Amino acid sequence: MFDDRSPIYRQIAERIKADILSETLKGDEQVMSTTQYAAFYRINPATAAKAFQHLVDEGVLYKKRGIGMFVSPDARDALRTERRRSFFTDVVDPMVAEARTIGIPLDDVIRRIEELKA
Amino acid sequence: MRVEVEDLVLRYGDVTALDRLSFTLEGEKIHGLLGRNGSGKTSLLSVLAAFRRQSAGTVRIGGRPVFENGAVTRDVSLIRDAGETVDLGTAEDALYFAEWLRPRWDAGYARSLMDLFGLRPKMSVKAMSKGQRSAMGVVVGLAGRAPLTMFDESYLGMDAPSRRAFYDALLADYLAHPRTIIMSTHLIQEFGPLFEDVLIIDQGRLVAHEDSETLLSRGTEVIGPAAHVEAFTTGLTVLDQRRLGPTSSAMVYGELDEAQRAKAAAAGLELGPVGMQELFIHLTGGSR
Repeated sequence: MFDDRSPIYRQIAERIKADILSETLKGDEQVMSTTQYAAFYRINPATAAKAFQHLVDEGVLYKKRGIGMFVSPDARDALRTERRRSFFTDVVDPMVAEARTIGIPLDDVIRRIEELKA
Repeated sequence: MRVEVEDLVLRYGDVTALDRLSFTLEGEKIHGLLGRNGSGKTSLLSVLAAFRRQSAGTVRIGGRPVFENGAVTRDVSLIRDAGETVDLGTAEDALYFAEWLRPRWDAGYARSLMDLFGLRPKMSVKAMSKGQRSAMGVVVGLAGRAPLTMFDESYLGMDAPSRRAFYDALLADYLAHPRTIIMSTHLIQEFGPLFEDVLIIDQGRLVAHEDSETLLSRGTEVIGPAAHVEAFTTGLTVLDQRRLGPTSSAMVYGELDEAQRAKAAAAGLELGPVGMQELFIHLTGGSR
């Protein structure tokens, strides 16, 4: 189920963040329990718990004692801001580098973006 | 149940199977026990289960010595690689015997596990295939719910779908009834994600004992131009090195800090994770 490239708990955290960004998970909505995640992903519950702990530390989730984990109301905005900050270095720069490597003139790339804008 | 082992030695004549092993396993976790053939895994589990008496050192389970201590051994279950070894009579008889032995026996759960593995109560244990015998052992091990349950390669002879069924059943039952589980295995890629904690032994000695994530975070693959890889890995513990033309790949053991990661990035080196199986292979001496 997991590629071997990054620790499982990081992949779980990324999945939850993606669900928050796409609003599959909304603010103050409860997320599935550690136990449910462990059974679904076929992993030790401690590994799943680690993913949740990371998200709590980052302020993406919050804990309600004895009830479970919930999405922070401002998680989506915070994640969007964070992604915006790294968008050019993470997405645009590699695209430009790739275009150069394979010989696509940047003007063609810009034209494509203009087309998509319309 | 907490397992405390201190300076444990086990000798068979002049062969030392366990050589001053010391470790503590926290209770209510799934521990993976990894080691090559003849590394001492079965010897260790046999001592923990009081099947054998140690030559020296101490073993405490739940704070109490285990050898010839009925109060402790009732709570300790070891399922060996041959599966169910009581081969007199039928599967039903084996379950009856297990129920008599195990105070926490769950008969309903045992029946559902029998169904899961396609075992019938009237089957003669002696006539079972290797895989069925392993499955029978797994049923006894899981339904016994012993506070310390140990599986020693208990899936031997099981096909991939049965192993998957065992994996899922073990995880589900552990989630519902947390207890201490030790599992020895050679199928590291298959069973690795189940382990919270990993113990690696080699030639009767402890090589590593860490929680899985920490162990995995110690391994890094460094890939890039050979000269840069060499410069970067000088002074680091390199477990393995391979070369493909101008490109070199080195497996480094030991966590890299932020400064080192930045240095690698600046040198155009790619850093990637190393799987548990790869780490295991190189921590236990490669293809020796």
